[in-house]
Amino acid sequence: MSENNPGREQAGARRVERDEDTDVLQHDPNLPPTAVHVDTEDRGWTPLKVAIWVGIALLGGVSWTMLAIVRGETVNAMWFVFAAVCTYLIAYRFYSKFIERKLLQPNDRRATPAEYKADGKDYAATDRRVLYGHHFAAIAGAGPLVGPVLAAQMGYLPGTIWIIIGVILAGAVQDYLVMFFSMRRGGRSLGQMAREELGVIGGTAALIATLTIMIIIVAILALVVVNALGESPWGVFSVSMTIPIALFMGVYLRYIRPGKVTEVSLIGFALLMLAIIAGGWIAETDWGVAIFTLDRVTIAWGIIIYGFIAAVLPVWLLLAPRDYLSTFMKIGTIVMLAVAIVIVRPEIDVPAFSEFASRADGPVVPGTLFPFLFVTIACGALSGFHALISSGTTPKMIEKERQTRFIGYGGMLMESFVAIMALVAALSIDRGIYFAMNSSAAATGGTIEGAVAFVNGLGLTGVNLTPEALSTLATNVGEESIVSRTGGAPTLAVGIAQIMQGLFGGAGMMAFWYHFAIMFEALFILTAVDAGTRVARFMLQDSIGNFVPKFKDTSWRVGAWVCTAIMVAGWGAILIMGVTDPLGGINTLFPLFGIANQLLAAIALAVCMAICAKKGAFKYLWIPALPLAFASVVTITASFLKIFSPVPAVGYWANHFAFRNALAAGEESFGNAPTVAAMEAVVRNTFIQGTLSIVFVVLSIIVIATAIIATVKAYRTGGGPSAEDPAVPSRTYAPAGLIATPAEKELEAQWAALPHDRKPARAGH
Amino acid sequence: MSVKELIWLFKGVMGENAYQQYLDHHAATHSNEPPMTERQFWRDKTDRQDANPEGRCC
Repeated sequence: MSENNPGREQAGARRVERDEDTDVLQHDPNLPPTAVHVDTEDRGWTPLKVAIWVGIALLGGVSWTMLAIVRGETVNAMWFVFAAVCTYLIAYRFYSKFIERKLLQPNDRRATPAEYKADGKDYAATDRRVLYGHHFAAIAGAGPLVGPVLAAQMGYLPGTIWIIIGVILAGAVQDYLVMFFSMRRGGRSLGQMAREELGVIGGTAALIATLTIMIIIVAILALVVVNALGESPWGVFSVSMTIPIALFMGVYLRYIRPGKVTEVSLIGFALLMLAIIAGGWIAETDWGVAIFTLDRVTIAWGIIIYGFIAAVLPVWLLLAPRDYLSTFMKIGTIVMLAVAIVIVRPEIDVPAFSEFASRADGPVVPGTLFPFLFVTIACGALSGFHALISSGTTPKMIEKERQTRFIGYGGMLMESFVAIMALVAALSIDRGIYFAMNSSAAATGGTIEGAVAFVNGLGLTGVNLTPEALSTLATNVGEESIVSRTGGAPTLAVGIAQIMQGLFGGAGMMAFWYHFAIMFEALFILTAVDAGTRVARFMLQDSIGNFVPKFKDTSWRVGAWVCTAIMVAGWGAILIMGVTDPLGGINTLFPLFGIANQLLAAIALAVCMAICAKKGAFKYLWIPALPLAFASVVTITASFLKIFSPVPAVGYWANHFAFRNALAAGEESFGNAPTVAAMEAVVRNTFIQGTLSIVFVVLSIIVIATAIIATVKAYRTGGGPSAEDPAVPSRTYAPAGLIATPAEKELEAQWAALPHDRKPARAGH
Repeated sequence: MSVKELIWLFKGVMGENAYQQYLDHHAATHSNEPPMTERQFWRDKTDRQDANPEGRCC
């Protein structure tokens, strides 16, 4: 007897009719249905529901009007929050549901890898709400906190629109699609899927691109930390204390109380707070200042050595405990910041579009709004890196197919909200201070006088920076100086400190909040550096293993050390280059970070498009094709500008040849480079940056081209072979979204009422 | 949402429920052999992470 028996059909729990696997998925007649009929839950459009959605739409509309059309002196931060949340809700309810129904068609009667491959460890069905938290903690890091801060130079509106519209049409779509396709393939990684769908050439290009992109991303994240800690004894002390704290937690979890994760995280958190407070004491002593005031090059070398050691040490000692601490801080801080913004409701006096929205000479990051806004804000709107997380780890833990919408699409919406909060925090700072902090030392000279002269000379309306404003703020946040603290992290920390001191402690607590914010950004980034180096090392070992089989053995010490050293040398070289760059570092390198991340997104979307085409879903191919086209146009245009633009501030090669010619002409200083050595450094750096730009864009064009070929081929034949795992009938049930619908609750109750011996194995709570 | 559920959710997100999850799975599948002890399980978990690194995003 199968589920086709009409006697088993019940209201709210009928079989899914348009299912191609109906004959394969024989349902156990002794169990309740494993799926709710897709349509039943949506038919109940009660007047109350209609009223709620009309209300959400109206509030969203009013908020967007306040942001985009009404031009007052200031705009309240609440409108950002309302505009974002209402748009997310509408997109989640209607667009992601549209994708679910028309394109992906998840089938809860099919078992997920967590069910048919269950091993209680990697493949373990996990409650959807818990997995949402896991997934969010894995995808959200420092990226969405940094990009929006830098993009704030163009005014508040461009960044806001891109973060919100970008996530609903591109970022969340990518995460959702990749997660779903990986789940249907037993949790395969993006690289494996690329090879399967695009063939050897496309797959190999995707692999090399992923590897180089990881190197550049780790390097630039590390650069953000270096810039935040340079010349800051307080920051250096408290961030370096995270290492002994993590080691202690690791030993505690391994030998003293295994598995007491929350307990050890609380202890770690308390120690972390102590480290921040103690940092303030130490920064006031002479010996503390003498020991912990380090220049950026020293800190960069410290992070390089740390990165190597952390990547070869066993996971339990450093990486796992640091990860717990990072997750703990991430969830706590983000909730705290959201609450603070809603309570404090800062007024924002940045214009909707600033002077730099239409010019290419912005001091924070150079380049015009198109395409550089879309690469400056990558994480939060569209982040290719997520495709690496959404394939692999998370899909192995999904309990039911339909939960991918909540976890994949919904998880990315939450990251986008973090980006909006970071943008609000950065916008709440005085504009003069914002530019003094984010213009490179090459422009400001690194002094208060230089910064005041430079910022006031920019000719921005309503900006009148005084030396007192800069020195008072520096004293308040417990730093020697805040001039040219580029990289986004210090700016965000000032923004957070200003918002939080409105809630707790007043101006006297600003220094604590500032270093608290620096600490959690550094924590996320160092975790990403550890994990990124490790993942990259395994990818490299796997690739070399194709030629030297011994390298495939990941427990072989020599191979592991050699490959780790190669990866660390890769990102370390770029880091040192960024730190010593006479032109500033962040402003020249950050576009490369964004381009790399978006190109990875284009690769992931290209793979998704090829999969959709092979499924024969040509009518809805635009769902991945639209963001793919946009990401491709943006990143290829940005890359071409970086390669071919004749404007030296924008084009790497234009800068390269300008400095080379100056050297050849025997000049001793040129542009922002005061010495011959600095000029030579610029020639060298622009050569590397320009070469990387070419490598990225060529690899991505290969991947996108092979995906288009695969798509066209599938179109001609009306589809293609499917690489999905064979369908296995499910023997378990769980609701799809955050809150169970009445139909889902009814079905859950039926499962709960099963006698214990007939209940199938399920990860419990 | 009750406080108890909130604590359960928080512990779940932190990953503390992993051992219980493993025990449930073990009981349902191969209950004839004894499961790993808590200490063994957590060792095994981190040691497996050594060989299968998980990415953390930017």
